[in-house]
Amino acid sequence: MSSEIFDLVVIGAGPGGYVCAFRAAQLGLKVALVDKRPALGGTCLNVGCIPSKALLHSSEHFAFAQKHAAAHGIKLGAVEVDLPTLLKRKDEVVAKNTGGLTLLAKARKVTVVTGTATFLSPTTVSVGASLDDARSQHLTAKNIVIATGSAPVELPFMKFDGTTVVSSDHAIAFPTVPKKLVVVGGGAIGLELGSVWSRLGADVTVVEFLPKIIAAYDDDIVRNFTRLLTKQGLKIEVGAKVTGLRKSQISNPGSQIAAVTLLAERDGKTLEFEADKVLVAVGRRPYTDNLGLEKAGVELDEKKRVKVDAHLRTTAKNIWAIGDAVAGPMLAHKAEEDGAAVAEWIAGKAGHINWDLVPAIVYTHPEVAGVGLGEDAAKAAGRAINVGRFNFAANGRAIAADATDGYVKIIADAKTDRILGAQILGANAGELISEIVTHMEYGGSAEDLGRTIHAHPTMSEALKEAGLAVSKSAIHTL
Amino acid sequence: MSIEVKIPPMGESITSGVLAKWHVADGAIVKKDQPLFELETDKITSEGTAEAAGKITFKVPAGTDVKIGQVVATIDETATAPVGGVPSPREASPAKSDEQSPAVRRLAAETGLDPASVTGTGKAGRVTKGDMLAAGEKPSASAPVGGVPSPREAAPAVAAAAAPAAAPSVALAKERQTRTKLSKLRQTIANRLVAAQHEAAMLTTFNECDMSAVMELRKKYQDDFVKKNGVKLGFMSFFTKAVVHALREVPAVNARIDGDSVVQNHYYDIGMAVSTEKGLMVPVIRDCDTLGMAGIEKAIADAAKKARDGKITLADLEGGVFTITNGGIFGSMLSTPILNAPQSGILGLHAINDRPMAVNGQVVIRPMMYLALSYDHRIVDGKEAVTFLVRVKQAIEDPARLLIGA
Repeated sequence: MSSEIFDLVVIGAGPGGYVCAFRAAQLGLKVALVDKRPALGGTCLNVGCIPSKALLHSSEHFAFAQKHAAAHGIKLGAVEVDLPTLLKRKDEVVAKNTGGLTLLAKARKVTVVTGTATFLSPTTVSVGASLDDARSQHLTAKNIVIATGSAPVELPFMKFDGTTVVSSDHAIAFPTVPKKLVVVGGGAIGLELGSVWSRLGADVTVVEFLPKIIAAYDDDIVRNFTRLLTKQGLKIEVGAKVTGLRKSQISNPGSQIAAVTLLAERDGKTLEFEADKVLVAVGRRPYTDNLGLEKAGVELDEKKRVKVDAHLRTTAKNIWAIGDAVAGPMLAHKAEEDGAAVAEWIAGKAGHINWDLVPAIVYTHPEVAGVGLGEDAAKAAGRAINVGRFNFAANGRAIAADATDGYVKIIADAKTDRILGAQILGANAGELISEIVTHMEYGGSAEDLGRTIHAHPTMSEALKEAGLAVSKSAIHTL
Repeated sequence: MSIEVKIPPMGESITSGVLAKWHVADGAIVKKDQPLFELETDKITSEGTAEAAGKITFKVPAGTDVKIGQVVATIDETATAPVGGVPSPREASPAKSDEQSPAVRRLAAETGLDPASVTGTGKAGRVTKGDMLAAGEKPSASAPVGGVPSPREAAPAVAAAAAPAAAPSVALAKERQTRTKLSKLRQTIANRLVAAQHEAAMLTTFNECDMSAVMELRKKYQDDFVKKNGVKLGFMSFFTKAVVHALREVPAVNARIDGDSVVQNHYYDIGMAVSTEKGLMVPVIRDCDTLGMAGIEKAIADAAKKARDGKITLADLEGGVFTITNGGIFGSMLSTPILNAPQSGILGLHAINDRPMAVNGQVVIRPMMYLALSYDHRIVDGKEAVTFLVRVKQAIEDPARLLIGA
């Protein structure tokens, strides 16, 4: 049982935790970074953002080879998927990322401690292989940051078993392509992983409780997006509440009968969806299980998130919490922002967080991206706005690159022309949205966006035109 | 090493003012002599400049009441602009330490409104398009020298697109009241006027004078006067000389109460009230007893131009012993001017109207002007006030008295 005193101990090495630790080390603090996995990076690098993007990338290539290569004059015979190789590549991508973090941690002299953490007191954390591990280390710190992230929400009547009822943790590593995959939840995670397996050959149905998928986006964006996904072969069922799961009577492998039937209800009618696997992606919950928060004096709020003030300080004055463990968008870059800010505050510097400018992206194809206030939300709040819209079909680069689906929407204040938000449906929406975030950071107007030079031919010109469209002065569209 | 930015001394009677606005953003890199802030006092608005280059940190926000000598910011001389500075080939953009956004530059070029004079609400105090639009709509109380703020939104396309949004501004025009905040300057002027009334025992005595003699002289000598002096012979020079003449005879009007003492002036600096966009200003013409008629006319013309151009300095407004105000140019027949504290007398001139007068038992039409002298009764008694005004009247009606000294 060793004891060391640190300036900062960070529990959880996901995007929030490792950024916090690295920033604190940059500012001269003595830091320990704790994670139950030997590999750093948390959910994001190991079972979330990174592996899913690798799978999306590989499966997109496959879909291109199958469906679009011929149009480009590329002659291919029968195109097949070698799933083990595809998954191996995904693992290599993950390893490269996590390996890079380990190197950075070492270079920054951050002490990495592997194990499960639990509070012994407000200033001491015990880290071991399990809660009773006699060989656990005790870390004492002046400041502690809780960055334990989140876990997939489990439906009480349909618990995860890892084979038939699965979470995203499992859905990034199916050993074979399922014949029928039902995805419960039409948010980003469900749609992304649903897209992956659909491209690789699965029959995918997405069942969503709300009247629309990706409900935070404007109705017109969602309508167009749904249409495009349906064209790709996904079946989208909205307004359907999942009520139960029926296991099939016959369940020997190799059988043609699906393993389970998902039951749902819509407008009083019962719907049934046969499935080999059910991916439950209805959301994530803050994860603070077994942390021993009572011993630290840290309280949770009514949604089981760690209760924090505007500076992310918990009810224990030397303990902070960031990322998915606290309120705010459950996104890696938000956690990173939190982590950097807390490190700066602990080091006595001026950190800042702005949860109003956190962009969100759905990494399907085409992608969907949004930041700030949407058109529907603005109108519902009675705010006077002007909206500028530009279709990728009118963008030269998009036409050349088979990326004509979708459009850019810029929402600006009617009086000051300040950009209040933007939503983009299209290829690379996730990259393009960054520019809007930058303009919004400086209080930029739609006119500023329209008057900023954008190289030609790029898809980013669609942003400029949409900015001009706010004042009805777009050049390449009426 | 840091230097302090202090409110500079501005004349003996000025002890405080308002830091009306900052011309730079908090944390900006400033150059030596760069204008930093606008200071409003009850007499004048002036600028504070940087005594050294460096990074400025504010100690008080805009709109704060400040005292002379108060530290309002510090400049860290060790902080310099980042390498590469602000990259921009365009030099025409209005001067502020941060580069302006494209929309702001466009509005500045179209409306002539200097972004440096606009309060910025963007990141780190940057001026946004919205700030420019809002500043263009405000009344021009704080327009900088040469600035012509446009009351309309300069972007026609924005106006065209905002058809539903235009409705609210139409509705505003039909409102029965609008409320605008008083600028600090106006507030201070208002306070001073009331204070003056409370301190002095202010009364007004009246008389009338026949302007025909002066008008005759002007008619006779105007051309020669202009040829010789390059300036027109007006009424003000006559009145100024008449006032000096009367002040000599009634020195009580050339004195003031300061606390428990009486201060008697032995010089004749006369303030001439001039009406400008920003309000009434009273530049002082120095040593009117030593100036000839041409000298007085020239000095008055210069002062009026300076006032209208906004180039009056505090020194120009200080030290007067008496004031002449002319409501006649607006058509006033008779009025009770308010004292220009801490002076003890003010002469009000009015419109010249032809009136039937009794002269030597005959009714004749004469160009008549009513004269008003408001005075501080604590120091000037009734007889002195009346005598003063009579002397002025006599000097106007018979200008030879000025020459002869009778």
